Amino acid sequence: MKLTLHIWRQKAHNDKGGFVRYTLADVTEHMSFLEMLDVLNEELVVKGEEPVHFEHDCREGICGCCGAVVNGEPHGPQKGTTLCQLHMRHFHDNDEIWIEPFRSKAFPILKDLIVDRGAFDRVIQAGGFIAVRTGSAPDANGITVSKEASDLAMDAAECIGCGACVAACPNGSASLFVSAKLSQLGLLPQGQPERMKRAIAMIRKAEEEGFGYCSNYGECEAVCPKRISIHHIARANCDYHKASFTVWQGTGGKAAR
Amino acid sequence: MKLDPRIPSGPLEDKWTTRKNGVALVSPANKKKSTIIVVGTGLAGASAAASLGELGYTVKAFTYHDSARRAHSIAAQGGINAAKNYQNDGDSTYRLFYETLKGGDFRARESNVYRLAEVSNNIIDQCVAQGVPFARDYDGHLANRSFGGAQVSRTFYARGQTGQQLLLGAYSALSKNVGAGTVQLHHRKEMVDVVVVDGRARGIITRDLVTGELESHSGEAVLLATGGYSNVFYLSTNAKNCNVSANWRAYKRGAGFANPCYTQIHPTCIPVAGEYQSKLTLMSESLRNDGRVWVPSRAGDNRSPDQIPVSERDYYLERIYPSYGNLAPRDISSRAAKRMCDEGRGVGPGGRGVYLDLADSIKRLGHNVIEERYGNLIEMYERITGEDPYSVPMRIYPAVHYTMGGLWVDYDLMSSLPGLFVLGEANFSDHGANRLGASALMQGLADGYFVIPTTIGDYLANSKLPKVAADRPEFTEARQSSAAFIQKLLAVKGHRSVDSFHKALGLILWEHCGMGRTKESLTTAIAKVQALRAEFWADVRVPGEAADLNQEIEKAARVADYFEMGEVMCRDALLREESCGGHFREEHQTEEGEAKRDDVNFCHAAVWEYAGPDKEAIRNVEPLAFEVVHLAQRSYK
Repeated sequence: MKLTLHIWRQKAHNDKGGFVRYTLADVTEHMSFLEMLDVLNEELVVKGEEPVHFEHDCREGICGCCGAVVNGEPHGPQKGTTLCQLHMRHFHDNDEIWIEPFRSKAFPILKDLIVDRGAFDRVIQAGGFIAVRTGSAPDANGITVSKEASDLAMDAAECIGCGACVAACPNGSASLFVSAKLSQLGLLPQGQPERMKRAIAMIRKAEEEGFGYCSNYGECEAVCPKRISIHHIARANCDYHKASFTVWQGTGGKAAR
Repeated sequence: MKLDPRIPSGPLEDKWTTRKNGVALVSPANKKKSTIIVVGTGLAGASAAASLGELGYTVKAFTYHDSARRAHSIAAQGGINAAKNYQNDGDSTYRLFYETLKGGDFRARESNVYRLAEVSNNIIDQCVAQGVPFARDYDGHLANRSFGGAQVSRTFYARGQTGQQLLLGAYSALSKNVGAGTVQLHHRKEMVDVVVVDGRARGIITRDLVTGELESHSGEAVLLATGGYSNVFYLSTNAKNCNVSANWRAYKRGAGFANPCYTQIHPTCIPVAGEYQSKLTLMSESLRNDGRVWVPSRAGDNRSPDQIPVSERDYYLERIYPSYGNLAPRDISSRAAKRMCDEGRGVGPGGRGVYLDLADSIKRLGHNVIEERYGNLIEMYERITGEDPYSVPMRIYPAVHYTMGGLWVDYDLMSSLPGLFVLGEANFSDHGANRLGASALMQGLADGYFVIPTTIGDYLANSKLPKVAADRPEFTEARQSSAAFIQKLLAVKGHRSVDSFHKALGLILWEHCGMGRTKESLTTAIAKVQALRAEFWADVRVPGEAADLNQEIEKAARVADYFEMGEVMCRDALLREESCGGHFREEHQTEEGEAKRDDVNFCHAAVWEYAGPDKEAIRNVEPLAFEVVHLAQRSYK
């Protein structure tokens, strides 16, 4: 098939950037979306032009590196699918495709379709873990977890940290990302001691990083390549409010807010 | 090259305890004064950096990704082994050790493999405590499944995303330490050289992938946890950015490279679809628990699978290897698939594929059970091929997946370059000539959480390590040579893209140094690789500038290293005149077509030593001494 592509090109963070039009002939339906971009880049390189820079790595939908907004939708039209797993059989001959980076105040553009998602890491560093020293764990079967809780925790744990939820949200909120981690750890017995502290720390850090608040648009859930449910946001909010009114150790005995 | 494995004396089962009791300790006050550089933040690197930071060392960790959560450990699907014996099916540390050693075709170091089996249980404990949501039974206890090469059920798993969950566990431990300030994490920085001062690794040079700037970092020890080199074949199941460059630059600075010819071809991957193919996708080996592998009995049978009655199907793994059946080890299953296709019984476009059929299990267990076990894999298959595995058997074919070879290390995981330690897939130590499924995650985490935190202290306490500043001439030299290398790539200004060279190199290696190798094919490969390498340096086109985010430079530098590495890999395969595990020399096979080892002449690790630019590498050996196990021909029949 023949395609017309409009791709966002931006030399660097402080550059203005804009759409550039390319045409591509001989795209086959079995190609992945990124393989289609590979073909374009091969043409550009041979001409001596700079190829379109985009982040990618595993190309199996699990590393969370890739992602771009395709025709207005983060990761493109196929539900529950990362950009690398989107195949060209979902497009038609003579289609025009608009490709641009994930946009959000908290994700500065580095070049072309590559954005800096370091804010996600900093939110995790603020409390997205169970603090256990190497070597101090009890026997694994010493902690039993109901299958229901375990399965639900796993649903949340599937988040790949790609940032599509933020790009889709009109508020630029990272609530789905943050709540997935809070839910995973908060549902497990191992995660209980730090549960309240974690909710406060992560949610406040996200705010500090420039992510917006959640106002239940549900766009995040709709574009999430791992189909993470917004139920997790409800669970996280519940913990956050509970934590806000609870006296907990980390503040030296004072209420958190 | 001096290759002292420094294996502790005493009985096999006491060696690790003996070593732990004997290591010199670094006092808490002194730990802070030692800077440890960790390159790579996959399972091995992240777990090492977190554990060392916790101990009080000053840790600087580096990843070329935007986040430490992206490393390719994340893509491991099936599971992680441990000798917990929760199933009460007769498992033990010894059994896990023996099966891993046997699976590796008796080409690994006995002591290292035993230690791996010994610490395997601690890993599961650690991960559960971190909140890794392993699969559980209805009673709330951990579930297990079986994997290739084992007759017990010892594999722990988290749906089809075990690697993801384990990596996120290690990443959370690392993040905790970053937050606490005990680890300094550098994103988007790629190591381009190791700096050697007075014969010891004392630092690294990195390239900032956003600005292109070359930076010096000094420390008391350097840890490489930089993964394997499967991408030398271009098409592999590895992530696109996986590369051999960190290991190769270390090799050029004096670290021996062991057994480069030991590459693993995974039997269950989605077949190649076209020329534009950029990578191959693995379908977890765990599918072989419930999937039956078959091809038509008759060559050239083009009927669709549902039209072929059971009597005209050849379930060849069950037929040839009745006691392991569909769970025969990876190297054996891969070669069997290749033989079926070579006989003209392959299926799908081009005839390079076999069926992996879930139909019988769906009938027996129901759609829901299969969906719960493999749902995400099945979905992935459907997205890529457009076919539905619940109604049509999957088509699979072997693909390069893992490399057992890597930098040589002693029992303490130190390479032949003092002060340089190597962890996880990047080293050569535990899997011999073939790795069993669910063992890579085990090794990465064993090295990072439990081995290196013990052994590195001994090196630091026993070595005189005067502080070195990053402005010493050794750093300046390394930085200048790295800059010159990049300029040289940019200056060629030829006509062909880096990718086109990488594809061509991969094709040569896959054809001549892939599943089957002969003296003739390897000699041909060496000549072809040399010719292509010359063409690369005369005709490659690397657009853009050095001082910029430039993905073409990243790729070009890696491919330049692959040319050199690929040649040494072929030379290693050529000189190893035996078949073992993933290294199959067609001249050396049994009457049934199985690998035939030569224990008299090749019971050793071959360790390659850099001799200088354009000089042939030197082959050294570390003899493998087996104190406990008897070398036997592997049989899975």
